[in-house]
Amino acid sequence: MSALPQAHEAAAVPPLGSTVRPALIAELARVLPEDCLITDLGRLRAYECDGLMLMREMPLAVALPTTEAQVMAVLRTCHRLGVPVVPRGAGTGLSGGATPHKQGVVLSTARLNRIVSVDRLAQQAVVQPGVRNLAVSEAAAPYGLYYAPDPSSQIACSIGGNVAENSGGVHCLKYGLTVHNVLRVRMVTMAGEVMEIGSAAPDSPGYDLLAVTIGSEGLLGVVTEVTVKLVPKPRVARCVLAAFDDIRRAGQAVADIIAAGIIPAGLEMMDQATAAAVEQFVHAGYPLDAAAILLCESDGTEEEVQDEIARVRVLLDTAGATEIRISSDEAERLRFWAGRKAAFPAAGRISPDYYCMDGTIPRKRLAEMLEAMEVMAKKYGLGLLNVFHAGDGNLHPLILFDSNDPDSVHRAEAFGVEILELSVALGGTITGEHGVGLEKINQMCSQFASDELDMFHRVKAAFDPAGLMNPGKAVPTLHRCAEMGRMHVHHGELPHPELPRF
Amino acid sequence: MTHSLHAVLREQVLEAAAHGRALRPHGSGSKDFLAQSLGGVPLDMRGAQGVIAYEPSELYITAHAGTRLSAIERLLAEHGQMLAFEAPHFGPYATLGGALASGLSGPRRISAGSLRDFVLGVTLMDGQGRVLRFGGQVMKNVAGFDVSRLIAGSFGTLGLVLEVTLKVLPRPQAEQTRVLVLDEAQALTRMREWGAQPLPVSATAWLDGRLAVRLSGAQTALDAAVRNIGGDPLNATEAAALWQSMREQTHGFFAGDTPLWRLSLPPMTPVLPLDGPRLVEWNGMQRWLRSDVDADALRHAVKAVGGYATLFRGGSTVDRALGVFEPLAPEVMAVHRRLKQAFDPSGVFSPGRLYAEL
Repeated sequence: MSALPQAHEAAAVPPLGSTVRPALIAELARVLPEDCLITDLGRLRAYECDGLMLMREMPLAVALPTTEAQVMAVLRTCHRLGVPVVPRGAGTGLSGGATPHKQGVVLSTARLNRIVSVDRLAQQAVVQPGVRNLAVSEAAAPYGLYYAPDPSSQIACSIGGNVAENSGGVHCLKYGLTVHNVLRVRMVTMAGEVMEIGSAAPDSPGYDLLAVTIGSEGLLGVVTEVTVKLVPKPRVARCVLAAFDDIRRAGQAVADIIAAGIIPAGLEMMDQATAAAVEQFVHAGYPLDAAAILLCESDGTEEEVQDEIARVRVLLDTAGATEIRISSDEAERLRFWAGRKAAFPAAGRISPDYYCMDGTIPRKRLAEMLEAMEVMAKKYGLGLLNVFHAGDGNLHPLILFDSNDPDSVHRAEAFGVEILELSVALGGTITGEHGVGLEKINQMCSQFASDELDMFHRVKAAFDPAGLMNPGKAVPTLHRCAEMGRMHVHHGELPHPELPRF
Repeated sequence: MTHSLHAVLREQVLEAAAHGRALRPHGSGSKDFLAQSLGGVPLDMRGAQGVIAYEPSELYITAHAGTRLSAIERLLAEHGQMLAFEAPHFGPYATLGGALASGLSGPRRISAGSLRDFVLGVTLMDGQGRVLRFGGQVMKNVAGFDVSRLIAGSFGTLGLVLEVTLKVLPRPQAEQTRVLVLDEAQALTRMREWGAQPLPVSATAWLDGRLAVRLSGAQTALDAAVRNIGGDPLNATEAAALWQSMREQTHGFFAGDTPLWRLSLPPMTPVLPLDGPRLVEWNGMQRWLRSDVDADALRHAVKAVGGYATLFRGGSTVDRALGVFEPLAPEVMAVHRRLKQAFDPSGVFSPGRLYAEL
């Protein structure tokens, strides 16, 4: 069996009769303007995958509603006909959350792209889901405010997608994830009903439905409006670049900084291979002889930043940094970050394809994890670049492979699975910010016991009793886990700890 | 010990479910006043106490739900850390489980976030007696629905909370409180202006023409902020006592038997024309009102500005049939009922505590 699940396995819905597609298209055409419905094969092709290009599937149709009323009409139509719906934002997701269902409709929120309001004194903005992440910060910039979560894909990814995935980014160590920065959503359920979840006021009454909605990977409903929190732009930001000749020492430096009571605005690490790959791409001036490079950003008032950088510097020195640079101006700070932000395109330059993983582990297990991955890279005969959000233990190993070579694809997938399962075994999780989607659905059987998976299904059913909203994603069926024969790794205790695993 | 305790609890849950009885999990009872009704046979959750794991450099603490909040805060303080949401205790023996179940946050919420923002993981026994673990100990985790945060503020209606993992944060290097003489409208304007700037404001409280503002952070940043904010300093002892009295509602404002309403409001809400003494916190987003005002009229007025009203302390004369918590929209209540059914199919846990329908 291939390590990655096949997209068509997601079909938890009985096959549709051959007459349903024409009927569906006719009904959708009644509720959508002509240019908001795609049914021809050529144009459907653009929607056959999201950022996880290893998985492709053709949908029956793509709906591109421009109003909430159209969203409701599409959902009611599909609900009545028993047709699955796959919500899609900008299609930049990395876990296959928006991979089409072959008997379903893709509902794209791309055309719900209006910034409704930006209020400086309220420190809030109301936006439609298709608005790009960066566009929110750009709209807030004239007021000295910004939207804190900043996933690497922020120039392209949309707020609706961020809500679905609970996206993070470099700044989330200090400023939180999407769940900490979204105050309210309007959501249309599969039955076509509108719900207000959360509020512009703090602590909405009743259960915290907003918390389950954020990160729900499009399984509960389609978001049509989002209220986000805006935070004041710090007056100053400065970045420290530290080189280490041993990745363990760099890991220790990270723990030391946090233990000293400092929560930097960003704390990122990259290994030597990554530094080399990005250097020829962006010329950031990274020290190429270093085993690991740490980037630590301080922001705040001039006084705060000076104070924090002085403390960080002492800690890095003590941890054994071989070189420490402090950005002297904004241009240099951006240059320090340019390499980190270019890690993905740089991987694309040195390898035909790369596969980005997303496990989170306790920070103290960092060195252990890195060493194990080095062994795995040799075992699978594939290149590996390591860039990660070191401050919160969120790893993004980039596995280098060649999609034209089926054996290389298979090895890359198996490599990825082994990384995820080790993340769970070390007390972490299979996904820190990219979501489970289709990609990691089998590993959910390792992270959770069947009772917990059962509860996830019950939670989904509370919002979507018909089970038509993005079916087959994020939560595996118990049957699937049984078939996979996966062992549930309970709180880092492997069932047979005496057996060598890697 | 944990396993045998779980077995005992499981037996009680299954027996209650089989006989159509209800249980009311509780800690010290410090928040019993905040309830639509207190149905069910009391089930003391303090059988398991103590910290299970605490690693300062990993920024988390895991403890049994029955652990005293004060013990956790003392341990964190020894390591220069804190629960940044400043959970109200409302009594000397308040437990971690009770704090999670009530979901309440204190003065620092405006800068640090609310209790639910700090929840990383929860171990729960559901209505079928199953022990379920959601979330974990790492900061970033998006595997599965975020059930841990759903449990925060659910008042014991979804299950028995057994263990809780919270994110912890370093204590600020320095704090200082300033007091300005302003009327309510002026105070609201000033707080909003500060909020929109990068200033280290960590708490605000306005009462009787005086606005107190707490600054937290590096000393140098506080010095710079004081130049911007002005006002007169409170000495450290007075300041600590003031914020403690806000958090724990021991301030004179909260004394007496007149009903205490909590108004949760959007940030730009102006001064509301309501009768009775009021206290403004969280930059105007949380306002307390002492008043015998008609509940429906108050809810109507508050709803009109996009907020919610909770009858926080009812006094002895108030009819709880009016509803302690803000009523939910029908489609939202429908999801609540299905969630309750999902976690607690036999309706064992704290029925009616939050809403009569749950």
